[in-house]
Amino acid sequence: MTSYFLDHLQYLETEAIHVMREVAAEFERPALLFSGGKDSICLLRLAEKAFRPSEIPMPLLNIDTGHHFPELNEFRDRRAKELRAKLIVRKVEDAIAKGIAVQAPGQISRNHLQIPTLLAAIEEFRFDCCIGGARRDEEKARAKERFFSFRDGFGQWDPKNQRPEIWNLYNARINPGENMRVFPLSNWTEMDVWEYIRKENLEVPKIYFSHTRRCVRRHGQWLPVNDLVPIKPGEQVEELVVRVRTIGDIISTGCVESPAESVDDIIAETAVARVTERGSRADDKASEAAMEDRKKAGYF
Amino acid sequence: MSIPLHHPVDLLRFNTCGSVDDGKSTLIGRLLYDSKSLMDDQVEALERSADLTGGGQINLANLTDGLRAEREQGITIDVAYRYFATPRRKFIIADTPGHVQYTRNMVTGASSANLSVVLVDARLGIIEQSRRHSCIASLLRIPHLVVAINKMDLVGYSEERFMEIRDQFEEFLPRLTLRDVKCIPVSALDGDNVVDPSTKMPWYSGPTLLSHLEDVHIGSDWNLRAFRLPVQWVNRPNNPSDPALHDFRGLSGQIAGGIVRVGQEVMVLPSGFSSVVKEILTPEGSVTEAFAPQSVTVVLEHDIDVSRGDMLVDPEMLPGSSTELHAKICWLHPRPLQRGKKYLLKHTTQTVQAAVTTIEHRINISNLRPESGVEELAMNDIGEVRLTTSSPIVYDGYAANRLTGSFILIEPGTNATVGAGMLPHPTEVARPEYKDFSI
Repeated sequence: MTSYFLDHLQYLETEAIHVMREVAAEFERPALLFSGGKDSICLLRLAEKAFRPSEIPMPLLNIDTGHHFPELNEFRDRRAKELRAKLIVRKVEDAIAKGIAVQAPGQISRNHLQIPTLLAAIEEFRFDCCIGGARRDEEKARAKERFFSFRDGFGQWDPKNQRPEIWNLYNARINPGENMRVFPLSNWTEMDVWEYIRKENLEVPKIYFSHTRRCVRRHGQWLPVNDLVPIKPGEQVEELVVRVRTIGDIISTGCVESPAESVDDIIAETAVARVTERGSRADDKASEAAMEDRKKAGYF
Repeated sequence: MSIPLHHPVDLLRFNTCGSVDDGKSTLIGRLLYDSKSLMDDQVEALERSADLTGGGQINLANLTDGLRAEREQGITIDVAYRYFATPRRKFIIADTPGHVQYTRNMVTGASSANLSVVLVDARLGIIEQSRRHSCIASLLRIPHLVVAINKMDLVGYSEERFMEIRDQFEEFLPRLTLRDVKCIPVSALDGDNVVDPSTKMPWYSGPTLLSHLEDVHIGSDWNLRAFRLPVQWVNRPNNPSDPALHDFRGLSGQIAGGIVRVGQEVMVLPSGFSSVVKEILTPEGSVTEAFAPQSVTVVLEHDIDVSRGDMLVDPEMLPGSSTELHAKICWLHPRPLQRGKKYLLKHTTQTVQAAVTTIEHRINISNLRPESGVEELAMNDIGEVRLTTSSPIVYDGYAANRLTGSFILIEPGTNATVGAGMLPHPTEVARPEYKDFSI
């Protein structure tokens, strides 16, 4: 190998930084979606690198369902403070109170309610672009999505009418009221994310590592027992050594039994995993097109 | 469980061209399955949809057909990206649909590829479609091509048939500008020569598809000769807490070609101002040299006027610069290319106005021959045109540099990406606006 060689992580990093700088240059009011989850932790590090020695030239935005793991929100707030970044949090609860988001009768999950809450935040701050941490390897509707994903005035994604993306030329043009979602991690896999976390020595919320938790078996997965996931008659609660692979709402995120205590352990586990990351997310299992339908409505 | 911690793994991007009939989905499925890159829940989901809609037959195309409309209609609409890894390399597959809108999709999927896999049905040999796919790969200057001669099981694993098809392809080869072509006999259905060597074709001593993908040398696919840095973003810290940063002014961008070193003289185009590189910041910190395709921030010795859309270049190897361009254009939109209509042209980091003045001819993508007397370019057409731009474009020939030799056309109003263009080697080098200016 010559010294003019980029390994796969360096290549993915250079691509993601190029995409982020393109956002900073082409949009007037961008925001970076930061939840405190592992993908957005990488995103934040990439943003630091893309713009340093300047500070990240856009606010961080998080849509809080009110069903987040408390560990995640604590981590989110602390990281934003450390980076001296402006953090905007908009709550689904407030959107419900204002009537912007309406809960379907009998529905407990607030996953769908993130959509109107996010769209209202975009309107409130007149964001023209939101950078998100979605990856194409997560889900097959995402496998078809562009780096620069155009959304119309209603926040909708039209998968049949996407802009071709050729070479490293991104078409960032939008009309007033329209919006762009940009995904710098499009080409990253779950493994790449963990390898990057190791390489950059990034801190991640503790729930990614193995811990003891009371869980209940439901629809083939271990759900964490808490106020929002009460035990139903006939269900057995078990105390297990688990961790989470992907973090969604506390009511739909399945835990996996795992002894992984370090990033190295997680990488070793990911290397031999036989189930995809989103296999533990009930929100994706609703139907074969669950993700596509949410994205069409304006989801991240 | 022990895994090697720090051995270098690089990334190969490739696209697959062919239709479902050629066994493309089966080949990708086989590649993923045999390299253990398919997960249990993905296989489970395939089985679930097979029971519901497929009469019990597992359809590997469902792996890549991610959209509802695709599954409903049984067609692939858009390029899908898939990822897998072996201990040697990581791979990104752009799975480009074969029948519908093949040019548009293949251009999208192949523009950043190191390698294209063209699938050929061993029973049919080199047909119109194989020629088209190879011609597009050639026009896009994809450095490596694999002709995967599939369904060898249906021709009795015949060496004679394989040689016959290879000869057919080689006959056609002189018309193309392909540097590296490899023919591999495979049977995707049974997995012969995909990941594991075939026991049924002992006459074939070459690599399997996967071992070729693992070994093909891609280190020289980037242009490391002529330094080019399109300025993407000017980095000026706002109210920095560190007083040393008050006067910091960095030029950020992705190096599109060559190598840059601290102390090196660089020229800014189109203005022609020169300066010397004072500092180079990469994702890994401050360095003395950086190279394509790294994303960097360069600090110059002198405070000269530079902004987004300008290009830093090696003054010893100047690019071309002109408002009059000659280009090959691939049309991507249902509304045909109109002569005289104003489009936006995005080239590296600058966007200018542009109009096509002449459509010289359309290229027949089955044989690369020009067809004259063409009034417009419709979707999926590739043609040669002349354009005028509102300000000069600083460029290289696409054959020398894919990043500084390409552009897209955007339709104002709808903001649709309507065309993809490739520029020829410039006939004269840039003449700076302020030629005699130096600090």
